[in-house]
Amino acid sequence: MGVEICVEGLTKSFGDQVIWQNVSLTLPAGEVSVLLGPSGTGKSVFLKSLVGLLKPEQGSIRIAGTDITKLREHDLYEVRKSFGVLFQDGALFGSMNLYDNIAFPLREHTRKSESEIRRVVLEKMEMVGLIGAEEKLPGEISGGMRKRAGLARALVLDPEIILFDEPDSGLDPVRVAYLNQLIVDLNAQIDATFLIVTHDIASARQVPDNIGLLFRRELVMFGPREKLLTSREPVVRQFLNGRMQGPIGMAEEKDAATMAREAVHFGNALQKEQPSPLDMTPRLLPGPGIDRPPRWQAIAESEARREGTRS
Amino acid sequence: MKHTKLMKPVNGLRHSGDLFAMSLDVLRTIPRRPFQVREFVQQAWFVASVTILPTALVSIPFGAVIALQIGGLTRQLGAQSFSGAASVLAVLREASPIVTALLIAGAGGTAICADLGARKIRDEIDAMQVLGIDPIHRLVVPRVLASMVVAVLLNGLVSVVGVAGGYFFNVVLQNGTPGAYLASFTTLAQLSDLWAAEVKALVFGAIAALVASYKGLTAKGGPKGVGDAVNQSVVITFMLLFVTNFVLTAVYFQIVPQRG
Ligand SMILES: Nc1ncnc2c1ncn2[C@@H]1O[C@H](COP(=O)(O)OP(=O)(O)OP(=O)(O)O)[C@@H](O)[C@H]1O
Ligand SMILES: [Mg+2]
Repeated sequence: MGVEICVEGLTKSFGDQVIWQNVSLTLPAGEVSVLLGPSGTGKSVFLKSLVGLLKPEQGSIRIAGTDITKLREHDLYEVRKSFGVLFQDGALFGSMNLYDNIAFPLREHTRKSESEIRRVVLEKMEMVGLIGAEEKLPGEISGGMRKRAGLARALVLDPEIILFDEPDSGLDPVRVAYLNQLIVDLNAQIDATFLIVTHDIASARQVPDNIGLLFRRELVMFGPREKLLTSREPVVRQFLNGRMQGPIGMAEEKDAATMAREAVHFGNALQKEQPSPLDMTPRLLPGPGIDRPPRWQAIAESEARREGTRS
Repeated sequence: MKHTKLMKPVNGLRHSGDLFAMSLDVLRTIPRRPFQVREFVQQAWFVASVTILPTALVSIPFGAVIALQIGGLTRQLGAQSFSGAASVLAVLREASPIVTALLIAGAGGTAICADLGARKIRDEIDAMQVLGIDPIHRLVVPRVLASMVVAVLLNGLVSVVGVAGGYFFNVVLQNGTPGAYLASFTTLAQLSDLWAAEVKALVFGAIAALVASYKGLTAKGGPKGVGDAVNQSVVITFMLLFVTNFVLTAVYFQIVPQRG
């Protein structure tokens, strides 16, 4: 069963550079949340703070009730065992082959026999489509494969919370589609709490229950998928539609002059824009072979209703 | 221009504080079971393999230079019978700790720092911590112990090779008498000199590995960051080793009565 993560008033800076401040959000137990944001806004830093690898200056992170910002290093190690983390580049151990990498958490934390370990590892490797690459070293495979191996390693201990740092960057579109399906299936099967950091808007629209957006050192918005997809907040609309018009510029922030020029050029079309039914992308549901728990049954029903009203 | 962070003296203080804190962590973690035997053996083998050959090659000329200097001096003073005694003393007391320090920091420490630094910037260290494994226990402790053991062995090697080199130069090239050379061995040097040198080597090995690990584990900023970390680790280790050498030597002279 997944656990709830409750973040309140979190602030992180390196030296005098504030990365983000006063971030408050609640990741509901067992749900899938996506965190969006332009490059460099500190999404990876946020994930690392959640597992206690980086210490925020202010605020609290409560995981199933315990504030991990107050824990001692030794107790942190215990809490971390309920996490599965997929790092941005996979973070595989360079000196071990893929099989040993994925078997590593099992060998460290369980008393499973080698044959049992073999079964679990091969099962996870098949899940991410890496069968046949067991003997390869991380340096010998493509970035996409490293990412999938990292995912397999994050899954072997059946974690209660899974954090994904850009699971889909560096993968081809077909793999991204498979991966999204895999994430949804996993959520229906193991019922853990998921947080996905991504740049892929299509995934962000289809997969999660909740969406958050980091921008200009703040969490601009966090809430249910419907709320963000139909939001009229300019930053949210710009990001979710992947457009150039809006407050986000190439260098993180645009200056007021550029904004004003654009507003004239586009005739203030943005402000007048109304949310259309097209904003609501249908949700990705667990595949046919997967038993749907009550939560997913409810989601499937509401999706079917929405589909009905649209046509 | 904004001045860089390195130039602030406060930063230097903070780093020495962090290094010290990590050393204490290492000390606290050494008794923790299970001891990482495999990592220890691998690292000992690795550090030995990168240091043994250069050490032997450096200590031959070192012994020779000492023999040449002393040979000339003793002949002028008419004290040829002391040339063996003096060169053994010089090799054991001064040359072998310095050569060991140079090699263990220059070859062993850099290798450790580069290895850990590369792992750090690839997020491997973070991944390890998330998987519930303490990198100090898993990676640093075996490296520190391995480096200490290898330093002691190296010091022994330097002593033997240095003395042999000195013998060769004195007897074969400067026409000294083998008997006198060997007989005078223990007139100035004593066994406690060897022990003292081994203790020094032990401390040097620990310092080199600690600094290298600290610098490696705090590397940041991509591949260039690893290069900088290695560079700084060598400089810091050298400074620390020469200061420690001085302090240990001073202490040794205070507590052990000298011959001659
Ligand atoms: N250990 C660190 N020390 C100092 N600054 C850091 C550190 N880690 C990250 N930063 C800074 O924090 C900022 C945010 O980095 P982060 O990697 O979290 O961005 P991101 O949102 O994940 O970007 P991307 O989408 O490109 O992965 C960057 O400006 C980076 O330079
Ligand atoms: Mg990132």
